[in-house]
Amino acid sequence: MKLSFVVNGAAREVEVRPMARLLDVLREDLRLTGAKEGCGEGECGACTVLIDGKAACACIVPAVQAHGATVQTVEGLADDQRLARLQDSFVRCGAAQCGICTPGFLMTAAELCQRSQALSRAEVRDAVAGNLCRCTGYQKIIDAVEEALCADQPR
Amino acid sequence: MLTSHAEVLSPRTLTEALAAKASHPETVALAGGTDLMVLIEANKLDPSRVLNLWGVPELRGLDAQDGWIRLGALTTWTELIQSPLLAEHAPALVEAARTCGAVQIRNRGTLGGNLANASPAGDSLPPLLALDAVVELGSARRGLRRVPIERFFLGYRKTALERDELITAIYLPARVDGDETFFRKVGTRRAQSISKLSFCGRVRRQGGQVTLARLTFGALGPVPLRAHTVEVALEGGPVRPQLAELLLNDIRPIADVRSTAEYRQRVAVNVLRGWLESLVG
Repeated sequence: MKLSFVVNGAAREVEVRPMARLLDVLREDLRLTGAKEGCGEGECGACTVLIDGKAACACIVPAVQAHGATVQTVEGLADDQRLARLQDSFVRCGAAQCGICTPGFLMTAAELCQRSQALSRAEVRDAVAGNLCRCTGYQKIIDAVEEALCADQPR
Repeated sequence: MLTSHAEVLSPRTLTEALAAKASHPETVALAGGTDLMVLIEANKLDPSRVLNLWGVPELRGLDAQDGWIRLGALTTWTELIQSPLLAEHAPALVEAARTCGAVQIRNRGTLGGNLANASPAGDSLPPLLALDAVVELGSARRGLRRVPIERFFLGYRKTALERDELITAIYLPARVDGDETFFRKVGTRRAQSISKLSFCGRVRRQGGQVTLARLTFGALGPVPLRAHTVEVALEGGPVRPQLAELLLNDIRPIADVRSTAEYRQRVAVNVLRGWLESLVG
């Protein structure tokens, strides 16, 4: 099938098998390797992208369901070489160790930031529970998400 | 890399979807894909045809009609959690949705998919059973029919769904005054884990007497089950927590990779007794 969708703000067309995984289309066909493959079964969150603004594991979304959709990957967070506030927070808080889980955490947090509502630390933990960090660097990741969410609150 | 070469049809209307299912009954229905894609990637399923229902508008929506709440089959877990209507009428189902997967799964996984997949550990099944839900099934030839949830699950991953049918909606009766509900999922961790067991209870009390009891368990056997013995014992009197011990007449838990039969049995009784005690106050 010819898959037409918007990826990081740009209209893209690519010839794919309809049941190909969105993750493979992004990584192999579009060379967007930010989304990582961890478990390949929707458990670890390393492949999290936003589809029409909602976090999803790209490893269990068939390409056919991305047709006509708007997809955002970690490559689309920064704006012209300037990091998004969320990415800045991750840098400032030291919220990355080996880095494999980082794009997934950023995209899950990006959905939270869109909603821009105040969350308790427990709620932030709950909100990112679908992302695993095998270095177990959770404290600093939660710190970074909290900082970015606070920054998003109207002053 | 997923090597499935399945032919995929993406209908735009329910009529188109039902016609496609009728002409090729071997077609596998695809909703949010959170179960199906995992099965395909694990080589446990290799469909030649897939019916992508994601874009069928008639299968969406969540609204109240004539004393019932209608949930389109494609209602996602996230939509269940965010619905003020369900917060009022079906808080136990909302609670179950909160325990399902994590946000990435809840944004894609659907109620209809949970029913069709018919895993004994399906998170929505005990609440739907406790709330006396009705499943609406559609076929091109016979139109719509409604099946009470209790008659929907026939055996391990076997449902009343005929080969030419699709789940179109789930109906819940509006909440009645005096109804109290409770949901509890027991798993290895809060997020992502598959249930060792889950419980949903509903009692209706009028003047201190139980007039209706629904006690339902998931992941204890091939299908979600009701504890009929305890329900009957509870009805007609005040809530008596010690009746939880009668549960052993109703359940014969399975042992599997997630838990032993003994663990499930003991925890099931404890969860039930704990809730009944909280009702007595």
